[in-house]
Amino acid sequence: MKSNRSIKVDYLARVEGEGSLTVKMKSGEVTDVKFKIFEPPRFFEALLRGRKYSEAPDITSRICGICPIAYQMSSVHAMESIFGVKLDGQLRELRRLFYCGEWIESHVLHVYMLHAPDFLGYQDAIQLAKDYPEVVQKALRLKKIGNNIVTLIGGREIHPINVRVGGFYRVPTKRELNTLLENLEWARQTAIETIKFTATLPFPEFEQDYEFVSLRHPDEYPFNEGRLVSNKGLDIPIREYENHFTEEHVAHSNALHSVLKNRGNYFVGPLARYSLNFDKLTPACQEAARSAGLGESCYNPFKGIIIRSVETLYAIEEAIRIIKNYEMTDAPTVPLEIKAGVGYGCTEAPRGILYHRYTLDDKGNILNAKIVPPTSQNQKTIENDLREFVKNNINLPTDKLTWQCEQTIRNYDPCISCATHFLKLNIVQEDVEE
Amino acid sequence: MAKERKSLTGRLSAARASKPKLAVWKFSSCDGCQLSLLDCEDELLAVAGAVDIANFPEASRAVVKGPYDISLVEGSITTPHEAERIHQVRRQSKLLITIGACATAGGIQALKNFKDVKDFISAVYASPEYIETLAKSTPIADHVFVDFELRGCPINKYQLVEVLNAFLNGRKPNTPAYSVCIECKRRGNICVMVAQGTACMGPVVHAGCGAICPTYNRGCYGCFGPKETPNTSSLAEWWKQIGVSEEDIVRGFRGFNAYADAFRKESELHEVRD
Repeated sequence: MKSNRSIKVDYLARVEGEGSLTVKMKSGEVTDVKFKIFEPPRFFEALLRGRKYSEAPDITSRICGICPIAYQMSSVHAMESIFGVKLDGQLRELRRLFYCGEWIESHVLHVYMLHAPDFLGYQDAIQLAKDYPEVVQKALRLKKIGNNIVTLIGGREIHPINVRVGGFYRVPTKRELNTLLENLEWARQTAIETIKFTATLPFPEFEQDYEFVSLRHPDEYPFNEGRLVSNKGLDIPIREYENHFTEEHVAHSNALHSVLKNRGNYFVGPLARYSLNFDKLTPACQEAARSAGLGESCYNPFKGIIIRSVETLYAIEEAIRIIKNYEMTDAPTVPLEIKAGVGYGCTEAPRGILYHRYTLDDKGNILNAKIVPPTSQNQKTIENDLREFVKNNINLPTDKLTWQCEQTIRNYDPCISCATHFLKLNIVQEDVEE
Repeated sequence: MAKERKSLTGRLSAARASKPKLAVWKFSSCDGCQLSLLDCEDELLAVAGAVDIANFPEASRAVVKGPYDISLVEGSITTPHEAERIHQVRRQSKLLITIGACATAGGIQALKNFKDVKDFISAVYASPEYIETLAKSTPIADHVFVDFELRGCPINKYQLVEVLNAFLNGRKPNTPAYSVCIECKRRGNICVMVAQGTACMGPVVHAGCGAICPTYNRGCYGCFGPKETPNTSSLAEWWKQIGVSEEDIVRGFRGFNAYADAFRKESELHEVRD
């Protein structure tokens, strides 16, 4: 094995967006790791200036075709916090149900089509389908059930049209929602099988001392509301986010790296949510997780595939609960009183917390906006993982190590389209690389 | 916008060679339009059976070398590197089909085309020296010849299957260029503009979505861009009559297809200059 070598992946596959990877090694030591994002910036924060408050959910959903609902949810909650409005009852439940659809669709896509092929040694799910057609067909049906929830409530699966500040344009009838139940019952069983299947995959021994950050809500597994907490003592309302977190602009990436002030990198997404909210999962999810060999927390990012499967089961059970208790409301929206102010929204996208902050004038026009997507929060942790992983596996042949490095990145289900955005930075850290 | 569609049949028969190679390319975009292919849960394996998926990084590590029979191109051109890369894609592709509003009209990121670039850049960059960007976000057809354009933000996945099916079978895709109003009437909706005074872009917008917004009790906001021969000034006049401000007329036309000719021109007519 050559002691001086480098691993290069110019165009990372099975992630959303454009990224590359470079690892340099010298005399058996890792000298440099770069997870580079070259997705071109699209300047959303700038595009939002001068637009109306009501346009934010439609415009920001275009940041990402994979998790548009997360953008819609963070933006409407931020706007509603300015107008002093809080949705409750069935409208709140409908938003939760809508998010369940996105979690199911996005998690199943990642588990079966983007991540599982790595564990099983396939280039993609279509190759996988040649050997295991029934597995891939089931996966597609499961994914479709998530999309069916999104389409019914939102009008279409990508960039849904029915979300507005204050509620929805139209709420579904009880009968319409009931049509989803039969498939959801099938999905519940299939999700349990998925957890069992993912538990049998081969996992590298790889645990790190992460700082997990997620929302936490007193009564439920978090989607739209809660406080921001961590396993290392963070416990703040979301409006204090920017007092504790900051973004750095580094030379090799079109995405900003987010860090906890004075503490450094942190971890958002399924592992963090699960480890901080295990007690809020349904009994069936807890049981399935335990029988898959998981404890109440998990520090091995490769096992994210099991946790996404557990969260898929949770989203299915939650969807069934909401639909069974649903009563159609008379009004799809609550009245709004437009005023100036600053609003904050933070919700749990499938990949982790998505933070929005808006400043409005008294006509409801956006003066400025800040958006921090989950992948830019994880980017630094991803690089640290790569450094550690290569250090521990330096004797692997280059092609195998390259593939496993890619897998190390795909553990995070990175959404590079989301991570690339620009805003005015007041702080540029002195440790800018290069 | 595509300038010509001639010699299509010649290209089609070229694409009909046994098991055609399909490639998917991404430029500046949200990934949503290519995701539409993976969202074809019922059709995906059939599509994968009919073509060789030769390059589709969002879904696969495997890359088969070109040339490709069909290239689907998502996204707009916003960097010098992209402006070069699209020529490489064109050279390797017998048929080049653009998918979505970014690729056909520049997308939402084309809102920057209306701003003074210098002000814009100084307002947003922390360290501009790290970034390369062009002053404008432009559609693919501004750079290379495009064989077919599929509209939408995002595209309609059934239309995507229709387009692939049509090209694989040597016929013209059935994606009508009439307005959203036709689809809306066909769904039996009551007109939201006439009955409720809700501003709706339906009369000037290209069909394809199935008139989702009016069906959900909101006005169309133009995801599919201008229809064939849109009468935008008449629509703007209508909007004024139902009380829409000049500012909001500009916003209406400056959405996800802001840089499409008809919408760009209409929005410029209503811009209040100080």
